[in-house]
Order: sequence, then structure tokens, then C-alpha cells
Amino acid sequence: MRGLIQAKVVSQERIGRDIFKLTIDAGHIDAIPGQFINLFMDDQAHILPRPISVCDITDEGIVLVYRVAGIGTESFSRLSAGDEINALGPLGNGFPIEDISPNAHVLAVGGGIGIPPMLYLARQLKSLGIAVGAVLGYRDEAFLEAEFSALDIDIYRSSDSGAVGIRGTVIDAMALNEKGCDMIFACGPLPMLKAIQSYAADNAIRAYVSLEERMACGIGACLGCVCKTVDIDEHSGVHNRRVCADGPVFDAREVSL
Amino acid sequence: MSRLSTTFCGISFKNPITVASGTFASGREYSEFVDLNRLGAVTTKGVADQPWSGNPTPRVAETPSGMLNAIGLQNPGVETFIERDLAFLSDFDTRIIVNVCGHSIEEYLNVVRRLEGENIDMLEINISCPNVSQGGISFGTDPAQVELITSRIKDEASVPVIMKLSPNVTSIADIARAAEAGGADGLSLINTITGMKIDTVTRKFVLANRTGGLSGPAIHPVAVRMVYEAANAVKLPIIGMGGVTDASSAIELMLAGASMVAVGTANFMDPGVTEKILDGMEEYVRDNGLNNISEIVGAAR
Repeated sequence: MRGLIQAKVVSQERIGRDIFKLTIDAGHIDAIPGQFINLFMDDQAHILPRPISVCDITDEGIVLVYRVAGIGTESFSRLSAGDEINALGPLGNGFPIEDISPNAHVLAVGGGIGIPPMLYLARQLKSLGIAVGAVLGYRDEAFLEAEFSALDIDIYRSSDSGAVGIRGTVIDAMALNEKGCDMIFACGPLPMLKAIQSYAADNAIRAYVSLEERMACGIGACLGCVCKTVDIDEHSGVHNRRVCADGPVFDAREVSL
Repeated sequence: MSRLSTTFCGISFKNPITVASGTFASGREYSEFVDLNRLGAVTTKGVADQPWSGNPTPRVAETPSGMLNAIGLQNPGVETFIERDLAFLSDFDTRIIVNVCGHSIEEYLNVVRRLEGENIDMLEINISCPNVSQGGISFGTDPAQVELITSRIKDEASVPVIMKLSPNVTSIADIARAAEAGGADGLSLINTITGMKIDTVTRKFVLANRTGGLSGPAIHPVAVRMVYEAANAVKLPIIGMGGVTDASSAIELMLAGASMVAVGTANFMDPGVTEKILDGMEEYVRDNGLNNISEIVGAAR
């Protein structure tokens, strides 16, 4: 039976202005890139878990990189080595990395706080022997640079301010890639995912997008987090799919963003 | 016989714990985290005669010691429910309470008729959802409407009928009496309390539906008070719910007059909470030398 895991904080590091890297030991966990972990504040005042995507899995534990955006992530940022935190996961479907042809060239596209899961994705793709490049779009400040560099893959960077890589969007940065691609895996803000969706449609490239939505249960029961689908979904019987359980990763052709 | 076993509307339950409709789907997702065989009953997500799309997102928001939701009763319709969800639940040794919703009395009756002869133990009629524009709460806040819809459903149902009441009323006692007059076999309360949250930075309503139903620990004292008032107004047995997070908060509702207790939002705080509540109740019965948990129903002094 699965259940809450009492995880132990291994380390916590501030890696950007409001970006933190939290490593937790939650026992043996196998995660697919794109899956997420629910972190709990474990008090009666803040009752809902915060879903945070898996940035990496190392010998030390699960690495979760998050931006402080509210009371929950703010409280996580105060955790330090040795503290305990309740976690649930991994949750969600993750990117379909097992279904990729070995000859494919994949672009892992991350925008903002959608960048962290691209690290684990790129690492896993590389270990499967699949050619992968990363396209990373920042606001104005880079993070996880050393980790991505250590992967030894092609990396294309952009930022809103021009402070990191080229000034522009991830679509602009993708133009720097001269090797082409047959598959895009993307995680980032909605406008970016919409741009990826139309880019993929225009160029006849398969794309999978990882969506974000306000969640409650995180396991597909409460129907709090749904996205709109092009066709009627078999499970819901309507044009809705559950982001937490059927996603967060969807074929870009199947969702209306 | 277990000291947690109980009888509700003439039906035996292995214990008084069920789940609040809408928080637990039909149990499939939670079956990875909870042994459904341990629950007194599974109360399913509201089902209508046709699939409902529900509301736009965001549908949920955290609030102090609680949350707002405005799912809007998204459901796949009664046919899929029977084929898939009831079939799944039938493999477990637990009672099945089916929550029914509709936009009109006729729609409620369509579901009740379709469920005739299916493997279900009780019906819970949702006349209290604050998040749909027609039906739902509009039936549940007017005593005359409550009595009418209750009697119409009672005319057609062959299993016990529980009316699920809204707290968004001036007198819960009046609504409880109306359900009793309509022939209800039992009551369940409270559904969520209508609330609203506004983002002060963007000045936008946090929920796409603007209003939502408040649930979680924040509403527990309201639930205790309303269960107490309803229990004193009618002779019907009550499923108490609202902010139950542990054995103590469940027992509090029983002391106020509930014969059974439903666990809702707390499932989101810990998917295994229902089993922990049962463990705590067993301990309570033992520590207090009770022969049966039902001895505490309405025992508050």
C-alpha cells in the first residue's frame, strides 16, 4: 500500500533569487522524468500539498527545485538538513521516454520553473542513448547551469532580459539548433506551451507538454485540476482530463491550451 | 462483532466511517492508499443522468485551515458510473452509498430509476452543492422544495434515501424537518459553506467560478453545531461531516448526534487518513470501556 512518506531533508541550497534546491531522502524512489512529488506542510492551517516536479534523482535522494511563490514554498525554503517533511509520490505520468525511437533527436524545452524537470529528463534520455538537446528559457537569471553543463549535451539558452543566452523566447532559442528534432518535451508557463504547441503543429513534430494546474488530492480523485481536451476523454466522459493523474504530461495534439 | 459496527437506516455497517462525496471519486484512486475493505462505506462522487463537464479551472484554492472548491459536479454520467465505478466497488467488502445530483427533479429521478436493481446500499441525494447554477443548492435551501424532492425520490427508490443538506441556510432544523416530512430515511450534513477568495495582487477572483465551497478543519465547529441542531430537530439518523481530520474530530460529530461520519478534505492531507481514524476510534472505544461506538451518539452533555 502506498502512503505518505516521512522524508528527511538532506540539504537545501538557494540557487537563485527566489529559487531553492531541496534534496530529500524519501527511501528508494523510482521516478519517470516529468513526474512530481507532493510536499506537505503538515499543519492544520495549510492543508493542501504542493506539487513539485522531480529535478533529479541522485545517490543522496530526490532533488526538487522550486520557486518561492507563496506561503507553502516559503515554508519549504526554511527547511534545513535533518528536518522532516511529509511527501507523497512520485505522482503523475511523466514523459513517454520509453516510447521514443533510438534514432530520434529530442529537444527538452524548459521555461522558468519548468526548467528543473528538464534536467532529469535529459539525463534519462541520454542514458537511454537518445540524442537530446536542451532549450532553456529564463526570466533574467540562470540557475542549474553547472548541472546542465555536466550532462555534456547541446544547450540553447534565452531570457526575457537578454541576461542569459539570447534575448527572446525558447522558440527563438530553438532556432539556434541546427540539428533539427523529431520530438519536443516541454514544461513551462502556459504562453510558452501554447507556442510549443503551434510550433510543433506547424513543423509536424511530435510534442509533449507538461501542464500546471491548481491541485488538491494529486491522485486523480477530486477533479480539481483538469485541462481541456480536443476529444471526449474516455475516463471523464467529457472534454476534461485530470492533470495530476492523466498528466501532467500530455500529447500537445490532445489538449486545448 | 466489532465494537465499531453500527446500524444505519436498518443496514449494518462494519464501522461508522465513510468518505465525503466528491473527495474520493469511486474509491479506485484511493485504493492504492487505503484498504477499502476497512471502510464502513464508500460514498461516491455525485452522479447525474448524463455526463457533466463541471466548471472551468482554477477549481480549488487553499484558505486558512481549509480550501475552496468549485468543481461543478463533473461526472461521467450514470451509465459509465454503473459499468465502471460500481463494478469496481462491488469487489470490495464495504457498503456503497451513491451520491445523486441533477439540475431538475426529473434528472434526479432518472438517476434513481437507472440505479434500481444495481448493487448499491443507500442513496445520498445532493441538494446542497453550491457550485452549480441549477439544481444542487437551489433545492436544498427552501423547506418546501426539500420536502417535495425528498418525497418524489422516496416514491421511486427501493434503498434508503439520505438527504445531504447545505449549511448555507438560516435554520438547519427547518430543512431537516422538511426532509423528514418528505420521508427521508436519514440525513447527511454539512455540505460545504459558500465562500470566495480574491487575489489582492491581481485583483482577480481565485476560482474561475468566483464562489466555491469551503471545507476542511475550518468548518468543523460549524458542522458540530449543525449536526447537533439537526439531531435535536428530527428522529432521523445522521451522517456527520465537515472538517474531520482524526478520530477525535469524528467522535465529536458523533457526540453531537451523528451515527456515522464522513471524511472528506482530510483525504487530501493524507490519503491514508481514513484507516488512521478507524485505528483511533478503536482505541477510543477500548480506552472508554464502550461496548459499541454507537453508545456515544448524541451523548454530549
